[in-house]
Amino acid sequence: METQTLIYIFVAASFALYIGIAIWTRAGSTKEFYVAGGGVNPVVNGMATAADWMSAASFLSMAGLIAFMGYDASVYLMGWTGGFVMLALLLAPYLRKFGQFTVPDFIGTRYYSKTARVVAVVCLIFISFTYIAGQMRGVGIVFSQFLQVDITMGVIIGMGIVFIYAVMGGMKGITYTQVAQYCVLICAYMVPAFFISFMLTDNPLPQMGLGSELNDGSGVSVLQKLDNVLVELGFNQYTAGSKSMIDMFCITMALMVGTAGLPHVIVRFFTVPKASDARKSAGWALFFIALLYTTAPAVGAFGMYNLLNKVDDVAYSEVEPFFTSWENAGLYAFQDKNGDGVMQYRPGAAFEGKPEFTGETGPSGERLVANTPNADSENEVYVDRDTLVLANPEIANLPGWVVALMAAGGLAAALSTAAGLLLVISSSVSHDLLKSTFAPNISGKGELFAARIAATCAILVAGYLGIYPPGWVAQVVAFAFGLAASSLFPAIFMGIFFKGMNKEGAISGMISGLVFTFGYILYFKFVAPDLNSAENWLFGISPEGIGVIGMLINFGIAIAVASMTKSTPAHIRKLVDSIRVPRGAGDAHAH
Amino acid sequence: MDETSMTGMTQDTAPTDADEEVSQTSESEGAYWRENVRLLCSLMAIWFACSFGAGILFRDFLDQFNLGGYPLGFWFAQQGSIYIFIALIVFYVVRMKAIERKYDLDD
Repeated sequence: METQTLIYIFVAASFALYIGIAIWTRAGSTKEFYVAGGGVNPVVNGMATAADWMSAASFLSMAGLIAFMGYDASVYLMGWTGGFVMLALLLAPYLRKFGQFTVPDFIGTRYYSKTARVVAVVCLIFISFTYIAGQMRGVGIVFSQFLQVDITMGVIIGMGIVFIYAVMGGMKGITYTQVAQYCVLICAYMVPAFFISFMLTDNPLPQMGLGSELNDGSGVSVLQKLDNVLVELGFNQYTAGSKSMIDMFCITMALMVGTAGLPHVIVRFFTVPKASDARKSAGWALFFIALLYTTAPAVGAFGMYNLLNKVDDVAYSEVEPFFTSWENAGLYAFQDKNGDGVMQYRPGAAFEGKPEFTGETGPSGERLVANTPNADSENEVYVDRDTLVLANPEIANLPGWVVALMAAGGLAAALSTAAGLLLVISSSVSHDLLKSTFAPNISGKGELFAARIAATCAILVAGYLGIYPPGWVAQVVAFAFGLAASSLFPAIFMGIFFKGMNKEGAISGMISGLVFTFGYILYFKFVAPDLNSAENWLFGISPEGIGVIGMLINFGIAIAVASMTKSTPAHIRKLVDSIRVPRGAGDAHAH
Repeated sequence: MDETSMTGMTQDTAPTDADEEVSQTSESEGAYWRENVRLLCSLMAIWFACSFGAGILFRDFLDQFNLGGYPLGFWFAQQGSIYIFIALIVFYVVRMKAIERKYDLDD
């Protein structure tokens, strides 16, 4: 069967499965809508958390980042997994014991203040929209490449699917669709990795394959070979890094703490029956995530190896069809600077910006680009990093069904995360803003209706952000972590571990952390992007890692303000005592 | 972490909260919490050592060793720390269950 037909079948079948599950698990009450009724098995919840967590960035972009950044990309691997240790040890069981519906619920109650709740809602909406824009973009990329529709149409179809199961099913629907999506995405990721690892090294386990000897008789391992080839071409060594140590440190820390502070992840731990289940569930979540995360370095390195073999020093007229197919999608380009018809892949950008095709073809048949060539580099090839994972099966000549599985997996990753984010946005609007702050008399039915309206609006905004994206996928997502690390995490952490933290301290801490981090990112990414280099950064920390400083500012200001203002009231101290012990968690309850 | 506020709290509220049983639970709750915090601190120290320590701060030193074809520091950064993270959570789940049983506070 044609690969294209297979792709349609795989994608359609997976969509039918998600919608079927959504109808079967339709939410009937606010409790089911917000926390799936609070009775989800910890293993199931772990799997759903993994799907919720692994976004388009994890699935599509991460291996690409690793391939092109080598050691530097370790920040993502450690950062996006280490946060689960913090979650399991420092936050999840206590938040579950507290037992309500949302993160602002906790902050509003613990800091006995509607203002604190509203500030938390603002932080949450900020973080979630930054994050969701990347997901919708991911959906668009997959659609445009595999289903021959343009990115805008792809985003609209994605919005439609998420609308059906997030708005109808609420948390209950999302939980069970996420389980299905996890299965789809992990198969899609692992199967080609097994194949490629086996083809290159005779060792089917990609985690081991990466360190194993190549089977081409050269006697060196994949990593050594990559180091050698890249250095020969003038790149950095693959296993060496180019980021400064302080920047590596701060980005990793920001991603870890950000992970622990992301509302759509935290809220998943409200759905298990007991406080101790929240711990277990975090462990399962990390296990399911680690399957993909320990494979990603291998996928990235194999992808880079294959790309170098099949693109560099190859005449354009003899290149394999995968190159032209991605070139037609506008994500690869070849600018024949020295006119020899052979593609030279070297460090540096081939030309300025993203390719703008003139519509004409050059002497070797390549699509001509109108971009100004970059005279400082001999590089002639433009490769969009986000395509590496999707292109991998094609580059390695794997059978059509593997390519089709990949397409379904990419969509599953993007859709599952988008749905989780939409849910926290809608529940913070209907539950925290309406029910708990501005319209306390709203009925359960009215609240549920409001939640669905809010989810619908959020989908529309997310779709808009996906069609007109503010940057590329992984980068946009990276900022959400800085914002979460500097605003929500310190407030939640101190709420549990520091009884003396009062509302004045928590509110001023959250605001100063968020404003500082957001201001720094805004300045370097949008106000003065030309200044965005190490010598202008504060302490040499890039905007991706600045959340750590924001977090320290948050802690510092919160503690200073708390020491100067009235101490925490007795009933709040008692509340903290009660969330510290697991006994008597009961159901997540309405109030 | 804030043991002073904890003991202060027990003294403040115990008289108003009446009977002895409450203050007794508070005592075992206090001991439970201290043991939990101690466990947390040691596990977070390992968490820090394997990722920030081995993967970033000391990677240049560790890279002279080799593990299954990987330079060791690179391995910690891209593989090892993740495996250790899982082990840490598993250990914490098991240990906490035992501590909770010991103080009769399990759920």
